[in-house]
Amino acid sequence: MPITSQRRTTLIAAACLVVCATASVQALRRVDQLRPRATLEDVLYINSPKVVKRASLGYDGLMACIYWTRAVQYFGQRFHDRSLSYNELAPLLEMTTQLDPHLVVAYQFGASFLAPQPPFGAGQPERAIQLMEFGVQNNPQEWHLYYDLGFVYYMDLKDYAKAAEAFERGSHVVGSHPFLKIMAAQMAQHAGEFDTARMMWTATYQSSQDKLVRQNAVEHLRALKVDEDVTNLQSTVTRFGQQTGRLPVSMSELVAAEKWPGIPADPDGNPYTMDRDGHILLKHPEDFSFATQGLPPGFKPVAKFHDQ
Amino acid sequence: MSARVIHIASNTFREAVRDRVLYNLIAFALLLSGAAILVGQISIEIERLVVINLGLTAVSLFGIVIAIFIGIGLVSKEIEKRTLYTVLSRPVRRWEFIVGKFFGLAGTLVVNTFFMAIGVFGALLYVAHKLTSSDAMILIALYFIVLEFLIICALALLFSSFSTPLLSAVFAFSLFVIGSFAEDLRGFAGMAHGLTRWLATGAAYAVPNFSAFNVINLVAHGQAPSGQLILQNTLYALFYAGMALSGAVLIFERRNLK
Repeated sequence: MPITSQRRTTLIAAACLVVCATASVQALRRVDQLRPRATLEDVLYINSPKVVKRASLGYDGLMACIYWTRAVQYFGQRFHDRSLSYNELAPLLEMTTQLDPHLVVAYQFGASFLAPQPPFGAGQPERAIQLMEFGVQNNPQEWHLYYDLGFVYYMDLKDYAKAAEAFERGSHVVGSHPFLKIMAAQMAQHAGEFDTARMMWTATYQSSQDKLVRQNAVEHLRALKVDEDVTNLQSTVTRFGQQTGRLPVSMSELVAAEKWPGIPADPDGNPYTMDRDGHILLKHPEDFSFATQGLPPGFKPVAKFHDQ
Repeated sequence: MSARVIHIASNTFREAVRDRVLYNLIAFALLLSGAAILVGQISIEIERLVVINLGLTAVSLFGIVIAIFIGIGLVSKEIEKRTLYTVLSRPVRRWEFIVGKFFGLAGTLVVNTFFMAIGVFGALLYVAHKLTSSDAMILIALYFIVLEFLIICALALLFSSFSTPLLSAVFAFSLFVIGSFAEDLRGFAGMAHGLTRWLATGAAYAVPNFSAFNVINLVAHGQAPSGQLILQNTLYALFYAGMALSGAVLIFERRNLK
């Protein structure tokens, strides 16, 4: 069957379209390889919230969502790459909250992105405090924000007086959770570090419905258990040394001396081990991202989340 | 309203539908469903906010683009096709033609907004799994958007009654942008002195204040605009649209169509 002129044109045009589309994608990928990635990620093209607010023609709520998503993506990428610098995180969060001062989630998550030390966060607790204070100023009825503010003061700055003050302020908000009053009292007394930390992470777990927040709380609770266990075991080793004049040669010897029913185990059920210098160690330290005790020398923690 | 105005309005509506204006609903549906699915994966806890903000912003922007691009051609197209002479040779007054066109375009936008609103609520139901009483506030935001459309339609018709389609589009779009900055203009007037103050104040009242209609972020957070705001915005939109429409009628009545 002879091909008509129109059909021939259609076929040639369709082929050209496919070839050109494929070639343009390939060309763009080469361009992407040539451009340094860092410059794309590190630049905040507009860093004035006022300019963005005006340029959005009144649709600033949508712009805030876009900037919040950008902040989450920025943090996620840096966190994944185990980056030690989060230069644009605070400006992105500040831009987001200036555009929509009632976007409570940006304060809550933003503080937990900013405050922890790298690689788990930006290591900027002061910027986190600024962000939270701005949040409290604009949303005085959100008791969660006072809780998060106190949390940063306690966990990252170890400023018990400020933490107590934040919890106290939050406890006056109508409908606030009763544990804020208890927290304020705990902070004021400076009581049991492990108990207080456990209480705070438990409260975080119970008061949030977000999967990531709950997973993060679970990881911290697991790590707290390890830290407490290792601290106690280490004390036992020290006491053994004081009584016998030497270190125990193994965990079994320590267990026998203390008349324990078995070797104490971490939250995963793996028995703790001991090196020749009497240091208590985790069998699988990589399973406890936030543990600060029981880690072999030079071990670098990797973020890992377990089921709740 | 006279039967002739209703006829012109229904013809305008039919023409818009024939021009495949409602095809924008497909783009809207794709945008919204894509956002609803994607945002949950790339962001944290803002699925509902994004659906409301993006949905209502899209309703507003799609509608404004339609209002401008159809509105500017409503008169000029009739003149170009010479159908206007056929219409006006019948017992139809020029003002009836303008008012009919206005209602036809406004009707098209209301229908368009109605379908988009269904899309917004559908997407909201998808991401939140339920609708709450605070979601009813979205209806107020949609109502304000429709009020915005009335003003834009009237302005597009006003410019269309004396200018070319291209210039009308430029004028209408510029007024939309300036109207979004009306609050700033008023702030500027407050800071100025003497004649500048009078001119800036005059300009701030002359341009439509679109920022007064934007309650999208407010309703996204479940807060209700006050009853007074609803009433005053309604009155403002009706008076402003009435003013622009009257201007269009005045110009069109005197326009030499030969």
